[in-house]
Amino acid sequence: MKGEKISVLTRDPWDALQKFTEARIALGRCGSSLPLKESLKFKLAHAKARDAVHQPVQMEMVAEQLASQGIDTLQLVSSVKDREEYLTRPDKGRCLGTASKKVLKNQPKGYDLGIIISDGLSAPAIHQSAVGVACGFMEILKTTSLSVAPVSLVRYGRVAIGDEIGEILGVQLTVVLIGERPGLSSPNSLGAYLTYAPSPGITDESRNCISNIRPGGMVVAEAIRKIAYLSERALVQKMTGVGLKDKMIEGYFPMENLVVNRPGK
Amino acid sequence: MTYTKMSLRELLAKATPFRSGDVLAGIAAANEEERVRAQMTLADVPLSRFLQECVIPYEEDEVTRLIIDEHDKEAFAPISGFSVGEFRDWLLTDQATTETLTQLSPGITPEMAAAVSKLMRIQDLILVAAKCQVITKFRNTIGLPGTLSVRLQPNHPTDDVRGIAASTLDGLCYGCGDAVIGINPATDNVENITRLLHMLDGLIESYQIPTQSCVLTHVTTTMEAIHNGAPVDLCFQSIAGTEKANRSFGVDLALLKEAHEATLSLGRGNCGDNVMYFETGQGSALSANANHGVDQQTIEARAYGVARKFHPLLVNTVVGFIGPEYLYNGKQILRAGLEDHFCGKLLGLPMGVDICYTNHAEADQDDMDVLLTLLGNSGCTFIMGVPGADDIMLNYQSTSFHDAAYIRKLLNLKPAPEFQAWLESLAIHDKAGRLLPIEKSNRLLELNTEVNV
Repeated sequence: MKGEKISVLTRDPWDALQKFTEARIALGRCGSSLPLKESLKFKLAHAKARDAVHQPVQMEMVAEQLASQGIDTLQLVSSVKDREEYLTRPDKGRCLGTASKKVLKNQPKGYDLGIIISDGLSAPAIHQSAVGVACGFMEILKTTSLSVAPVSLVRYGRVAIGDEIGEILGVQLTVVLIGERPGLSSPNSLGAYLTYAPSPGITDESRNCISNIRPGGMVVAEAIRKIAYLSERALVQKMTGVGLKDKMIEGYFPMENLVVNRPGK
Repeated sequence: MTYTKMSLRELLAKATPFRSGDVLAGIAAANEEERVRAQMTLADVPLSRFLQECVIPYEEDEVTRLIIDEHDKEAFAPISGFSVGEFRDWLLTDQATTETLTQLSPGITPEMAAAVSKLMRIQDLILVAAKCQVITKFRNTIGLPGTLSVRLQPNHPTDDVRGIAASTLDGLCYGCGDAVIGINPATDNVENITRLLHMLDGLIESYQIPTQSCVLTHVTTTMEAIHNGAPVDLCFQSIAGTEKANRSFGVDLALLKEAHEATLSLGRGNCGDNVMYFETGQGSALSANANHGVDQQTIEARAYGVARKFHPLLVNTVVGFIGPEYLYNGKQILRAGLEDHFCGKLLGLPMGVDICYTNHAEADQDDMDVLLTLLGNSGCTFIMGVPGADDIMLNYQSTSFHDAAYIRKLLNLKPAPEFQAWLESLAIHDKAGRLLPIEKSNRLLELNTEVNV
């Protein structure tokens, strides 16, 4: 026995099944407990997710990146004062702060579509995917006659803050790009929420959602196509939510056949 | 301060231990002193007042009507002279035996249970809950002394049956799955639900596993599946403690009754006929704007009033899932989990806890270990078993198969006896309930090839 290591781990002889799932299976055990290697792996994933929740979003950087593509932005903040309040007061995250409200009220009104980017629960999701999605979607919109509001960049926002912004700017359809609740293996998921005729008080069954936009999840290009498809359907059907079903066909070409009747324009 | 003139609803809210959801609702005590003074006032409230003064009016809410109409006055008689504080003291005496508490249960209303829990410390909640015994049966016997059951939760983000089967095998090899093998489906339509039900039924059938399956979808979808001839063991539903909150879940008492009867009609249990599986959690009513100014813990107890009407096999409080706006950190999650378990047990329910947290809550695995250890000592009926504690479909952290093995080993607890016998027959557990190394030749390892894709 001299010099030899005693094996303390009990292996799980079904590790071949790991190819069927990302779930943490066949981890083995020491006694009946989790081997340290697996315990630390889990801890690292949790640390990344925690950091994602607390990392401040770099909205100036986002604004610069959008400006370089010729896209105008507005810097806004919700009524929330810090990260802790953001986590405990979803009601405040749904309302604009006083100064931001003033900024918006002085803007020109009346657009077909408005894009809103908010940190939500994951700054990395914004840093990695939001600009790509917004720019790609704007490219498609440029090929149409749709009028688009300046992109609102909102710190400490919840999904519903788009309703207040959309209403003040007089927007028919809002697309809110927001950092989602981070998963252990996906701290960087971006969500896109579409709301037709936004106005405060609207609830989730009136929205369409595309979630898990991230490298390794739904990739940016596919997310843009899906947002374009749902936007087109929403403007034609004049609704979002449970009445608007995702029936996008494989060869869908965004906005190809879009005709929008604008009352009063 | 005129605490004595306060309504029960206000007094309960002021007396409730501090948590973010009640602050969000604007009903919590303004400061620590006000909270403790409210608790002192609550301690002097006679239990009989709870039968005269409803926290949500009788006329407005069918859950209140259920609680009042089904109250058993005879069972209540022995404690009818107590105040809430005296009730707490009595519960801790040796006079309050397992038998006494079982007989008393139909005489206790959810609000009485909630009120007394607010006056109790953690050790009180543990000691009293451990005296309660609730036994339920379907294909095995759940809740016997010396046992702790586990729901095997093999979720997969695209409902891939091979992925689900792989996680199921993993859990079974760690002695988990006696409470139920229960999938949260990613796609919620009747075709998909039926496909998953057949898959689980096939596994249980071919390996003769003494357990039950469940696909956690809305009762109306389950009823449709039953109507189409799908093999439904347990009928699942999320429930809450007010009529309005239940409506936001798309259910009412009449619909639950219909679902209960439809599931009973299949007669698929061979040990007993507890066929319902309910999930609850503090904060769900407020998130649906349906809390009526009542604190979240009292409303949670009222959900147990709904549950007990239908003699469930399992009731699960998913304590940390809802997020920090309702339970901010490990300390709040911990206390809420123990309160829920205590109230459920006092009301006669087979109470399990999904010991869990999300990544935006101030909590980690250490907090979960503490709650798991305390619940194990409280006689918790069942916990969740998720591969590596990481649910890759629902994106939150629960307890793992390893966690289940830890608490069983520490407290010398076994699975339900029928399931333990099955584990022994497959050389997964020894007679003492300890895990055995799995041989490559173990026939359970063929499970994944059984699955029809």
